[in-house]
Amino acid sequence: MVYRKQVEIKGQKYWYLFHTVRSGDKYLKKSKYIGKELPKNIEEIEKKFSEEVKMEKEEIPKEIRELAETLHPYERKILPFLKDNKSLKELVKASKMQEIEVMRALQWLENKNILSIKKELKEVISLGSNGKLYLQNDLPEKRFLKAINGIISVDKIKEKAGLEKDEINVCLGLLRRKAAIEIIPGMKIKITDNGKKLLQKPGFEELFLKQLPLESKNLTQEQKYAFNELKKRKGIIKTDIVTERNIELAGLYNDLIKAKISFKNIIDELSPAIIKDSSWRNKSFRRYDIKINVPSISGGRRHFVNEAVEYIKKVWLEMGFKEMQGPLLQTSFWNFDALFTAQDHPAREMQDTFFIKNPEKGKLPEKRFVDGVKNAHENGFKTGSLGWRYKWNPETAMKNVLRTHTTVLSARTIASLKKDDLPAKYFTVGKCFRNETVDWCHLFELCQVEGIVVDPDVNFKNLVGYLTEFYKKLGYDKVRIRPGYFPYTEMSAEVDVFHPVRKEWVELGGSGIFRPEVVKPLLGIEVPVLAWGLGMERAISMYYNINDIRDLYRNDLKQLREMKAWLK
Amino acid sequence: MPTITLDKKDVMKLVGKEIPDDRLKDRISMLGTDLEKVSDSEIIVEIFPNRPDLLSEEGFARALSSFIGVKTGLRKYDVKKSLFKVKVEKSVENVRPFIRCAVLKNVNLSDEAIKSLMQLQEKLHLTHGRKRRKVAIGVHDFDVIKFPLVYKAVKPDLISFVPLGMTAEMNLAQILSKHPKGRDYAFCLDGLEKYPVIIDAKNDVVSFPPIINGIVTQVREETKNLFVDVTGTDVNAVTQALNILVASLADRGAEIYSLDVGGIVSPDLIPRKMKVELSYVNKLLGLSLKQKEFEELLSKMGLGYDKEVLIPAYRGDIIHPVDVVEAAAIAYGYENFQPEIPNLVTIAEENPFEKFKSKIAELLVGLGMIETNTYHITNKESLNKKMNLELSCVELSNALTTDYDVLRSWITPSLMDVLRNNRNREFPQKIFEMGICFKENNETETGVEEFTRLAVLISHTKANFTEIKQMLDYLFNILCLEYKTEDTEHTSFIRGRVGRVVVDGKKLAYIGELSPEVITNWELEMPVAALELNLTELFELILKQKTL
Repeated sequence: MVYRKQVEIKGQKYWYLFHTVRSGDKYLKKSKYIGKELPKNIEEIEKKFSEEVKMEKEEIPKEIRELAETLHPYERKILPFLKDNKSLKELVKASKMQEIEVMRALQWLENKNILSIKKELKEVISLGSNGKLYLQNDLPEKRFLKAINGIISVDKIKEKAGLEKDEINVCLGLLRRKAAIEIIPGMKIKITDNGKKLLQKPGFEELFLKQLPLESKNLTQEQKYAFNELKKRKGIIKTDIVTERNIELAGLYNDLIKAKISFKNIIDELSPAIIKDSSWRNKSFRRYDIKINVPSISGGRRHFVNEAVEYIKKVWLEMGFKEMQGPLLQTSFWNFDALFTAQDHPAREMQDTFFIKNPEKGKLPEKRFVDGVKNAHENGFKTGSLGWRYKWNPETAMKNVLRTHTTVLSARTIASLKKDDLPAKYFTVGKCFRNETVDWCHLFELCQVEGIVVDPDVNFKNLVGYLTEFYKKLGYDKVRIRPGYFPYTEMSAEVDVFHPVRKEWVELGGSGIFRPEVVKPLLGIEVPVLAWGLGMERAISMYYNINDIRDLYRNDLKQLREMKAWLK
Repeated sequence: MPTITLDKKDVMKLVGKEIPDDRLKDRISMLGTDLEKVSDSEIIVEIFPNRPDLLSEEGFARALSSFIGVKTGLRKYDVKKSLFKVKVEKSVENVRPFIRCAVLKNVNLSDEAIKSLMQLQEKLHLTHGRKRRKVAIGVHDFDVIKFPLVYKAVKPDLISFVPLGMTAEMNLAQILSKHPKGRDYAFCLDGLEKYPVIIDAKNDVVSFPPIINGIVTQVREETKNLFVDVTGTDVNAVTQALNILVASLADRGAEIYSLDVGGIVSPDLIPRKMKVELSYVNKLLGLSLKQKEFEELLSKMGLGYDKEVLIPAYRGDIIHPVDVVEAAAIAYGYENFQPEIPNLVTIAEENPFEKFKSKIAELLVGLGMIETNTYHITNKESLNKKMNLELSCVELSNALTTDYDVLRSWITPSLMDVLRNNRNREFPQKIFEMGICFKENNETETGVEEFTRLAVLISHTKANFTEIKQMLDYLFNILCLEYKTEDTEHTSFIRGRVGRVVVDGKKLAYIGELSPEVITNWELEMPVAALELNLTELFELILKQKTL
């Protein structure tokens, strides 16, 4: 039974309708908001409310109610027309919806097993561009015949009937074949009795054009004749293969109809107005297919290599290292000589290093560094070393190069330190350059991670310690070092990590302890300096599953948008 | 670094023990050579440039045999004295000053031995000898030579002889221009007026170093005794090369005889001595080796010990006690050093400019921009012609291709190239990059100034000045900077749609719509709005404002 009641909310009184119904062994109290005043049609509203409640009470199976709630407005709109209209065309006409809307609705309904769409291929004959014209203005041969008045010249007919030259030719051939005209020498024409008959009633061709479109398999004898005649002529008719869609109602359709669900209480979109006036209460929202694929989007982001570089920097910062920075262009003095690389060392040759044309040479640093380095090369500079024992040339040291390793920054940093600055730990992540032909595993610009630890008490085990810790943080639990060679380190060690997926050792960089011939000229004292210069491209490529190193810097926006995040 | 291919069977024979492949691979890596491959018949390794003594089957086997404990300790090489002489004339002083020689008798010249000798000679020439300029080796049939020999420098047209590989006499200049070896190695004698030759007592030319030997001393199948000459520009390198070669031949049983070469007894295979304190070794390695253990480790590296470390004459690379420490470390096994992080308290510090760059990137990413990462090396056409500009730039002197032969002066061209490569990708395209740019400035150490620029490019059907200026506005608001935009001319941009961004009187940026001509030059069809900002100067301004 429905009853009215005023409810007080925050001092204001509002009218509500209430109805208590029994559902199974529970009582449910349904309510409906009316307003501050009772409207005039209150009885009508009460009746409707009672019906609504009754309908809900009528044990509609849960899955059917939920199915109904999933229906999109297009689906709901097309639903009533499904019983009497089976083809897409009929449904479009009956529902007055757009064809695309009907198509989508049918597709969705099919997905919900409410109907199925049957596709059928049909060959359909329809009017061509000339055909449409002729349907309006008569076929050329008819216009030809109409234009004949006694004996008349072809030119006159052409003018009177408004025909093109090729149309005239077609008409002449066609009408002679049908014995509708007679040609008199001098290009004059006369109509025959047959011709006069033809004028009296429409021909098969004319009728056929009026009946189009037709499906080619359903043609009558006469239609076939007309089709064969007309298809020889230009642009009058065309045949197309068209897909015709028909629906067949499926299992859930009947359940849905039987349930007589009212869609009035389904909200399609939540709007500010609905939130404000509380009208969403006692209504349900259209259920979405939450499994649906949504169109992809992408946002702004950093280059994935830089994402990795930021992380790598963080690793060293966490271990208490200071960041070094410095120019990409350096004199050979810092890049090679300060690092005890003899002036005739192969690394200093044209094929390995980029030299600069303008300006070709730079300036050497203050004298104490130049003298120290010169002596280190020539005689070992008071380190107990023999040195390389050749005449060191300052001009060679002035040559500008694009730095071939970030180790040049370590050399400069050591030169800037004083005894009181120790212990010191520095790192940098930066570009260096090699004069290489680019291929899948070579680039001419490389990203290197550099680090040094300067302290009188550090030793070789500590070097292994820092490298192991670093690679652990990059995800490689197994690190090994093997003997290597660099002119500026002794011990020199190559660093390998064990690739957990490929199950093999991968070489990732070089490391060692700087030779006294490097440290003493720059720092003034002999102190062990742990040092490493680790190529980052390989480690970064392995993380992103990149096999061709060039793909790191291809800058393909699709790749940049979709590349997986650096999750370390 | 030279890669050599060794005859595995021969190496095993020389080592004196068969080694299973797995262990062989592991030991070769840990000995200090870069292993490429071990197959049934070959060992392929890369030899580090400090160890030319490993460039032959004999030298490699010698080191390996010690390392795995088959034959450890210092090898002794007996040198018998001979009365033969090589006179060295003063004329070679400014030409190719150094020569060392040896005589080897009863040399085993089996196929393996000859193959090994040839590879050793070739690889020594290539790396240690810097393509023969620094060191060149000649190997001759000793028995046909009439001593004494003379090493001297002569005018190129003064002497003719039949060089190896030829049938007619040629003078030295002709050899350089016509003989294949002459053409290959003529560069070693560039700029010299006289060329070095070794002539015997019959006036036969034994050698024209570093180019070619005379045909008379050619080594034949029946040759038993060899004369070896090594010439060059660096006495240590010359001596070391000779010692390596002689030791290798002696390892196969040859007897070594010394000669008087310009007053010096050559070869001299007496081990060098070096004082190395055990405490120094232990401190650097973080170990606590006892003296005996240390000596055992050295012995595994073929070094000896008698109060001081004894270094074999073929190990020219040991020039400082630290090299002995490394030898001990290799013998100890790099794999046996346990990782250990020292307790060193230091305070971490990120470079402030790098921090600033990260902040800028964060803001731009928030605006939906994608960061790119392009090369510093580019080409003039991209920087200038395609941008409708004519600016000077820093050029490389030895670039491999003209696509990459100058250093970039601004970033926008690199980003235009990115847009060009992404023509078929989804729009809108909004990209940015912060990168180092270069320009000449003779006040810096190298004569080149480096500064970081930011470029922002927006490209879609409606990309325009307003959109790019909104970004600039947003950025500068957040950085608490006031700026002015001034009218300017820039041929890359549309006239009347380009501005100069000025902060505190400093011109920091260009902003505007790129001209359709530039867009077309890059084979693009979409409008592009761009901002190019000098971040280095911007950061300096911010630092200045902070201190005020």
